[in-house]
Amino acid sequence: MSDPRQYFTFADNGEPLQLDCGRSFGPVTLAYETWGRLNAEKSNVILILHAFSGDSHVASHDETDLEANGPGWWEAMVGPGKGIDTEKYFVLCSNILGSCSGSTGPSSINPDTGKPYGLDFPVVTIRDMVNAQKILLDFLGINSLYAVVGGSVGGMQVLQWCISYPEMVRTAIPLATTMRHSALCIAFNEVARQAIMTDPKWQQGKYPEDDPPELGLAVARMIGHITYLSDEAMHRKFGRRLQERDDLSFRFESDFQVESYLNYQGTKFVRRFDANSLLYITKASDYFDLNKEGDPTINRLAGTATRFLVISFTSDWLYPTYQSRELVQALKRNGCDVSFCEIHADCGHDAFLLPDDRLINLISGFLSGAASNE
Amino acid sequence: MSEDNGTKAMRFDLQVISSWIKPGSRVLDLGCGQGDLLHALQKEKQVHGVGIEADEEKAAFCISRGLSVLHENFNEDVLYYPHHHFDYCVLSQTLQQVYEPDKLIQRLLEIGTKIIVSFPNFSHWRVRMQLLCTGVAPKNDHLPYEWYNTPNIRVITIKDFKKFIRTINATVVKEAALNSRKNERFGRVIHFLPDWRATYGIFLLEDGASINSVPGPEE
Repeated sequence: MSDPRQYFTFADNGEPLQLDCGRSFGPVTLAYETWGRLNAEKSNVILILHAFSGDSHVASHDETDLEANGPGWWEAMVGPGKGIDTEKYFVLCSNILGSCSGSTGPSSINPDTGKPYGLDFPVVTIRDMVNAQKILLDFLGINSLYAVVGGSVGGMQVLQWCISYPEMVRTAIPLATTMRHSALCIAFNEVARQAIMTDPKWQQGKYPEDDPPELGLAVARMIGHITYLSDEAMHRKFGRRLQERDDLSFRFESDFQVESYLNYQGTKFVRRFDANSLLYITKASDYFDLNKEGDPTINRLAGTATRFLVISFTSDWLYPTYQSRELVQALKRNGCDVSFCEIHADCGHDAFLLPDDRLINLISGFLSGAASNE
Repeated sequence: MSEDNGTKAMRFDLQVISSWIKPGSRVLDLGCGQGDLLHALQKEKQVHGVGIEADEEKAAFCISRGLSVLHENFNEDVLYYPHHHFDYCVLSQTLQQVYEPDKLIQRLLEIGTKIIVSFPNFSHWRVRMQLLCTGVAPKNDHLPYEWYNTPNIRVITIKDFKKFIRTINATVVKEAALNSRKNERFGRVIHFLPDWRATYGIFLLEDGASINSVPGPEE
């Protein structure tokens, strides 16, 4: 199996997807992967929602797949006998609308022009992504989700799922996420976007596939990486150690290990991610707001039967714990059944992706506990 | 009181608290520890329970055993819940760690119809004798700390607590004085000289304004 992904295309002949920006859009392809077996009652589905730069490859499917496509982004959590046990649950993850790992996004070919959409691609929202996922689930005949789980931008989709399709979601685990971006988050995203858009190779988004704005995208990723780490983690990982040298160079080379690390992360990212997708997905996450003054969308969860487990990490300064607490408070005010745990971890926002027995036990215990309470 | 093993395995004061709670009710347990009370209530009385626990490991343990628990500090986090969302708010052996007991209990009377409070009785004769005879701060099974490392920032006696209830306009619906050693599953209810002989006091309170309300079936 070289490509573990399956593809579902909709809105090609039939009804187009209605987007929040007002546009009708189609065709839409979603790339997705599944693990485990759907039970006869179709009651064991766990929908995993990936973060901003993620894809459908949550975990490897078998040894051959592991060799061919590498480990998934949540390999430690998802698999047979793991925290999200694929022997018990049917796990599904699709690449988000607007991304570039098999699903329709700005780098996809516009059937009207035969060229990539570029900036002709509509500005999509988190809700648009969720609506597209719902159409995929309809196609698969799934109308009940045992759990929706996701961190960061994936956590936003978790919350949007609970609001848009409350009757479908039995339990929800939003991790390291927020009801809305702070000015700090928007600021970092804007710097990342500017890095891309000021790269001369960007050309208003019309760059050729084989000559993308690599430098801009690499800088955007470097900025992202800083926000995913923490002061403690950077101190522990790099400190002020020098990279393959004994003394300062007195030139503008990578003197410090942290510089070399960021350069490496930036270059690596360019090979797998599309610059325009970064613009669209960061925009979608900036627009997301469940706590607007006046009529906060989060209040629509009043009376919902969904059980929530909110998890935050002490050193996450991108979506700090206070934002998870605000979410928990909003859920409590609306009488929702919510559990909350702040995990002590020094790895910053990235902590939700790293192997951690506390996180694994928490999630697996919550999932099986939710079953025993019914 | 339930004779089931689940309840019997609990601390004696928790067994008494459990016996006061009506099946199927909504319960908030502040400082729920590892969730023993909530777990027993959920299993035996189909109670909808919520716990609050400041310790990460204990909170995570509760969540992974299927309880709805918030890793929070109720001294700092305001309790955001709708009016009378809970039938009972339980403060079992946590009152001695509360910064502002008057404000907390008044807040609990808003979010809960009734409150159950249990605390170690500081006027037990052994405590009195220890201070009188040895001159050092009393230390025993249920108050096992030194003055410099105790999480208990308050000492409470049964008499003090009764006086306190009158000042915050709450009403005692039910009370029990118990004698049991910490973590022991067995104990007894004390009727004679409770403020001298009880190691614990347990009170069921409600808002003073609802003083004439009809007692629930659990009474």
